[in-house]
Amino acid sequence: MSAVSASSQPILDVRSVSKRFGGVEALKGVSLQLHPGEVVALAGDNGAGKSTLTKMISGVYAADGGEIRLDGKPVSFATPEAARREGIETIYQDLALADNLSIGANIFLGREPMRRAFGFLPVLDRRAMAVAAKETMATLDFHVDRLDAPVGRFSGGQRQAVAIGRAIYWNARVILMDEPTAALGVPEQRKVISLIKMLKDQGRGVIFISHNLQDIFAVSDRIIVLLRGSLAGERRIQDTNHDEVVKLMIGG
Amino acid sequence: MVAQMSSKVLVPRKPGTPAKRWILWVAAMRAWLFLALLLIVFEIWSRLSYGTTFVLSSYNAQSITIFAVAPLLLALGETFVIIAGGIDLSVGFIMGLSAVIAALVTNKAGAVLPPFPAMLAGIAAGLGVSLVPGAVNGWLISKLKVPPFIGTLGMFGVARGAAFILASGTTVPVSNSWFAALGNGRFLGFPVIVIIAALFVLVMHYLLGQTRFGQHTYALGASEQAAVRAGIGVGRHTRKLYLLSALCAGLGGVLYTARFTAGAAQAGEPLLLDSIAAVVIGGASLFGGSGTILGTVAGSLVIAVIQYGLVFIDVEPFWQFVAVGIVIIISVLVDQTQRKFGGDR
Ligand SMILES: Nc1ncnc2c1ncn2[C@@H]1O[C@H](COP(=O)(O)OP(=O)(O)OP(=O)(O)O)[C@@H](O)[C@H]1O
Ligand SMILES: [Mg+2]
Repeated sequence: MSAVSASSQPILDVRSVSKRFGGVEALKGVSLQLHPGEVVALAGDNGAGKSTLTKMISGVYAADGGEIRLDGKPVSFATPEAARREGIETIYQDLALADNLSIGANIFLGREPMRRAFGFLPVLDRRAMAVAAKETMATLDFHVDRLDAPVGRFSGGQRQAVAIGRAIYWNARVILMDEPTAALGVPEQRKVISLIKMLKDQGRGVIFISHNLQDIFAVSDRIIVLLRGSLAGERRIQDTNHDEVVKLMIGG
Repeated sequence: MVAQMSSKVLVPRKPGTPAKRWILWVAAMRAWLFLALLLIVFEIWSRLSYGTTFVLSSYNAQSITIFAVAPLLLALGETFVIIAGGIDLSVGFIMGLSAVIAALVTNKAGAVLPPFPAMLAGIAAGLGVSLVPGAVNGWLISKLKVPPFIGTLGMFGVARGAAFILASGTTVPVSNSWFAALGNGRFLGFPVIVIIAALFVLVMHYLLGQTRFGQHTYALGASEQAAVRAGIGVGRHTRKLYLLSALCAGLGGVLYTARFTAGAAQAGEPLLLDSIAAVVIGGASLFGGSGTILGTVAGSLVIAVIQYGLVFIDVEPFWQFVAVGIVIIISVLVDQTQRKFGGDR
């Protein structure tokens, strides 16, 4: 079930966006489509514009030119919160978790559920947070035994799972990951790769940036290679190989 | 086609050996252990030297709790600020400012109003004036990005000067029977100011442990980035924190005026260090992200017991500073050990 039907409507349709930082043209009219249940890898040398592209999708930067469509409708997000409300979540490299809070508290950070104690006093509904955390992590095939433990006690890959769990709890349809495996050891990298597969099986669209061709070939449906802000090439993963991708990356 | 689909169990890293687990437990409970230890030492000393009990004397117990009220109030607000990764050095003189204003306004209002409403006017003015430096602190730190240490140090000077100017460099006596009763009266056998402080502790415990405000305070202390990305208005939250801290100091000032029936600019002068010490001894980390209200209560009691106990056993009062200093240093060392073993990054 990995074949992508090009006929289905993309959730995300980026049409020749461009971005300039002072004298630097970080992106020069790059287009990209993402379908439900599809994993697209963004590759390219340092400074190619990968992070800039994902930041434009997630509302961190506004595009100087071009447009972004979500479900066919043109959108322009003023802030990352606005993008998140539409189901576009970013998993940051540094995770952005509060290490001293539990998994549930992190999932709900900023949108905590409340209940009434003694019938009148509003208090945090920790039980609801714990239950949601347990269920959400279970959909990622992670089974948590200590729901009150602060996430700082978990390993890097597990924390990545928590960050992803937060995204899927809030119904992310498009998940952007900027080098999600870069800071992890090899076994942890595998876990993240299997998490990405799981997101795909759940019908979500994933864009992930990686310098690791092994990872890219293990999990992506398509690869998009950027070179100095332009599209160097786009391939379906079964139609290409490491050599070709490397050539695209260095502009050979 | 997916290779490894086996279930994974998310297990938090636990400190392995029983010794390490024991250290963590001691670290978490350090304020209460200190307190117990101090009480035992003073009890033994008291029995050996005077043949009387120290702990079981209700006079001693009351003196200690009354003694603890003012530093505790400052420490409660400071707990929030420190958990969020900040510090408020201005609380001592905000307390003085509030004490002076409460005294002045009670007297002024007493000229035209009966004592009870005059007292209420004084209390409202004392609490209200504390919000001004609190608001400025929050504005400096959240808007102008002044480091908390510097911004509140500046406010320390400003509030100090303002308090002394308003008090014309002396203490401002208050003649108001209600105010005196508030500061020295009893209700059901308990000193009124201790009851007020206890109720305030409950409110702060609720606020820190059971509300979004408290939760966001912890998140902010752990990672400002995490808070920002979770959509928490960090600037706004910071301003509320410094208002809260100032309000606690304001209440401290009002209760000071009630207890001594006089407002004094230097009311909170020695209390800044005591209050920060109480928070740190109570288990908060000066790096932010951890701390509890109950810990701060225990920390305040530790300091009050040291100060009162040393006087009780007739040690020269200057040894108090040495003893409190030692306890602070031990607490910080314990905190560092805890971080090393606890897996807190
Ligand atoms: N905020 C910014 N201000 C100025 N220039 C920027 C900014 N962000 C990116 N750039 C520039 O835009 C270009 C693209 O940067 P970007 O971070 O998108 O590259 P990247 O493909 O993610 O690289 P890497 O693999 O190193 O992460 C670079 O030349 C970079 O210096
Ligand atoms: Mg990048």
